[in-house]
Amino acid sequence: MDELINVVDWSRWQFALTAIVHWLFVPLTIGLSLIIGIMETVYYRTRNEKWLRITKFWMTLFGINFACGVATGLILEFEFGTNWSNYSWFVGDIFGAPLAIEGIVAFFLESTFIAVMFFGWKRVSPRFHLAATWLTAIGVALSALWILVANAWMQYPAGMEFDPEQMRNVMVSFKDVVLSPVAVNKFFHTVLSGWVLGSVFVVGVSCWLLIKRNNRDFALRSIKVAGAVGLAGIVLTMWTGDGSAVEVSKYQPMKLAAMEGLYSGSEGQGLVAFGFVNTDKRPFDGQKAIHAEVSIPKGLSILARHDADAFVPGIEDLIRGYAVNESGDTVYKDVSYARRIEMGKTARQALRDYDAAMKRGDAAAMASAKRIIDDNFRYFGYGYLNAPEDAVPPVAVSFYSFRVMVMAGGYLLLFFIVVAWASWRRKVNLLQNRWFCILGLLTIPVVWICSEAGWVLAEVGRQPWTIEGLLPVNAAVSAISSGSVQTTFWLFVALFTVLLVAEVSIMVRHIRRKAETDMFYEPEK
Amino acid sequence: MEALQSYWWFLISLLGALLVFLLFVQGGQTMLFCSHSSMTRNLKVNSLGRKWELTYTTLVVFGGAFFASFPLFYSTCFGGAYWLWMLILLSFILQAVSYEFRRKPGNLLGTRVYDAFLFFNGCAGCILLGVAVGMMIFGADFTVTKGNILDGGQPVISVWNPSHGLEAIFNWRNLLVGFTVLFLARTNAALYFINSIEEGTAFRARQRRAALVNGAVFVVLFLALVAVIFTSDGYGYDADGVISEVPYKYADNLMSLWWLGFIFVVGVVMVLYGLGKTAVRRVYNHGIVWTGAGTVLAILALMCLLGYNDTAFLPSVTDPQSSLTIRNSSSSYFTLKVMTWVSVLSPIVIAYIAVVWRKLSKPPLTPTELEHEHDAY
Ligand code: HEM
Repeated sequence: MDELINVVDWSRWQFALTAIVHWLFVPLTIGLSLIIGIMETVYYRTRNEKWLRITKFWMTLFGINFACGVATGLILEFEFGTNWSNYSWFVGDIFGAPLAIEGIVAFFLESTFIAVMFFGWKRVSPRFHLAATWLTAIGVALSALWILVANAWMQYPAGMEFDPEQMRNVMVSFKDVVLSPVAVNKFFHTVLSGWVLGSVFVVGVSCWLLIKRNNRDFALRSIKVAGAVGLAGIVLTMWTGDGSAVEVSKYQPMKLAAMEGLYSGSEGQGLVAFGFVNTDKRPFDGQKAIHAEVSIPKGLSILARHDADAFVPGIEDLIRGYAVNESGDTVYKDVSYARRIEMGKTARQALRDYDAAMKRGDAAAMASAKRIIDDNFRYFGYGYLNAPEDAVPPVAVSFYSFRVMVMAGGYLLLFFIVVAWASWRRKVNLLQNRWFCILGLLTIPVVWICSEAGWVLAEVGRQPWTIEGLLPVNAAVSAISSGSVQTTFWLFVALFTVLLVAEVSIMVRHIRRKAETDMFYEPEK
Repeated sequence: MEALQSYWWFLISLLGALLVFLLFVQGGQTMLFCSHSSMTRNLKVNSLGRKWELTYTTLVVFGGAFFASFPLFYSTCFGGAYWLWMLILLSFILQAVSYEFRRKPGNLLGTRVYDAFLFFNGCAGCILLGVAVGMMIFGADFTVTKGNILDGGQPVISVWNPSHGLEAIFNWRNLLVGFTVLFLARTNAALYFINSIEEGTAFRARQRRAALVNGAVFVVLFLALVAVIFTSDGYGYDADGVISEVPYKYADNLMSLWWLGFIFVVGVVMVLYGLGKTAVRRVYNHGIVWTGAGTVLAILALMCLLGYNDTAFLPSVTDPQSSLTIRNSSSSYFTLKVMTWVSVLSPIVIAYIAVVWRKLSKPPLTPTELEHEHDAY
């Protein structure tokens, strides 16, 4: 049993590591592909050589980053099989499809046309090249779509039913999987946040060029594009972030409670604006959950339910059996977590009976076992938990990551309002101020932290589930030794560190080298 | 249902076949260090560099499509042969960054190290993917018990040999597959260089020699492999799905599915024709077209033979009943149907890949173009 826990923990660390590193590169790919598309379009329309130079500069940075994203993405896909082999069988019938579709409709598009982007300048017409750039950007967005459909489905499993004969879930509605409200919302929030991140990158690097003074016009033109994309991006990201909160409140109320550190909910629930999580706090122990709390009155009710007086259940309420229905209303005394654990165990026993009956060829016993499974399957995964508290995600991590994301988001909104406004003014303005440019440069790490915090919240906040309510992490793993997983984990740590240092170093060198020349008049290679 | 399962096994076989052909990129990566000048090496890297993402993507899609259509394979083999797949992944991670990083200032490790990574990926990618195919032919050591999922203490349904894939790497028959793939890839790579690089007659003569030498090694290995496969026993299942060992299973499949045998032979003949014509005609530069198409046909037929005719495509040598077949490991009817609709898109994908391939390959890459290339690798 200890060995199992070890394998589970190391597998989680390994997956978290790969996902976090992968997400360093992907949002930049999402954002930059759009920005480059716009820049090249301007070039195509105006045939102004300056825009061509601008496009190529950012494209080189895009290429360096893209390679890293590709490298880390491959591991993520295969890790479902290598480290989560039970998962791959239990829900592979549903989960595999978006992954395959992602490959067929998106990856080939990206990888084919990205070659044209880089090596086609002299081999294809400008029009074909522009089309290739946009097709790459579309490929990037499509691949995000399908992988987010897959992720959303884990958080809100829809469109499937359980097949006891094969001991796995099977898809019954493709539409419900793809168009689930969680999937749609996640797609927009994530892709738009990529626009924000890409824009901050372009603005930040351009600010550095402004500090270096050799490429003023180059930098200002870049900022003009990125400022507009970033402003649109941040407004829409916040809007869809609000949508995310509503979806979470409906389908993952435990995650919502954890990210607020809310143990006992109320009507007109406030939103914690400031406070420290009491990490000793356990459900029902009567301790205070948040120290030095400052709340926005009714904030959480408004955010999660768009209704100032709505009831938002806390962790203890949920354990006791409060639940949230499809329309977002809290229903009292649904099924307590203790009861869910019993029901999960009942479903498991019935499945055992079903299996035995099937081997005997006893149709009547199979039918009666099937009825019990159907009645209890909703809480199948709870059967693997020992106590209701096991279903509570890490509160502190969820709480802080949510705050980091939202606060950084607020800052980024102000930042882009100012940048967009300044970039469209002809006269002397803020962008000539050295301190403002330094601020622009320092915003680069902020947006990365913000974006990673979003994923930390989404993934830590749903623990212990790989599939909400159906399969906890400890039943999803592969039968390998924890030593093997530890070894690959440290291998990946070493490899990613080298890769990341090399990537940043290449980018910095490239930017610095270019900054010393006048990029508009430097002779073409 | 059975038609859909067969259709998807065909698609998996096709993707596998395309992947083996596209491994010429890996084959080429093993030939970088035998370049006469750094310009020659850069030309090779850059002509491969226009294709590496295609190979990579094919690998990813192969994985994704296998997952979607036969999830039990994904669950059993990947988690089971952990070290085999992890080594494959490691080598491909290194590949993905090496092209982009190798000649960029500030790359931390220097060009030679990145070229060594490419070499490593070239060898490991070909040999280990070959080993994986070898397991599908010659079997592996595992059990599948779906009921395990009901056991809270040890819930994993598939259990593999404790060496987790290392045992498969050190199996001579699997290695034979691996080395055959490697030399096929090297042969294709040399022919690809002849076709896609223009650097004078000396370069061409060297590549021609490389193609013929590697081609000869490949033919010897290939003949040995064919002899081993078609004299080996395989595993088949009967009408009730009961799986048992069948003597000369693959030879039997070849006879029963004679049309696959025909495609196989046509493929082999095309590979030999491409090689032969390159041998006799000094200026011929389209060998890759023949060997490439031949590779795809031959591997396609071979992969189909592994799954059709009631054959277990991943036999378990410890517990035959655990063996994977296209019947017991596939997705549900509904999912296969959805995926089949999606697969209708593949001709479009193949068409645009072909258009772009042509546009980017003609005329061949020259030293002058490389020197003026803004984003050269
Ligand atoms: C300021 C208002 C924002 C709100 C209210 C908000 C809300 C949320 C919520 C509730 C989630 C969790 C969704 C889930 O678990 O399913 C989430 C996830 C996420 N957020 Fe935000 N967010 C905001 C701003 C931002 C910003 C500015 C960024 C990045 C630039 C960002 C990036 C992300 C990412 C990458 C995820 C993970 C993907 C996902 O689950 O959608 N968010 N956000």
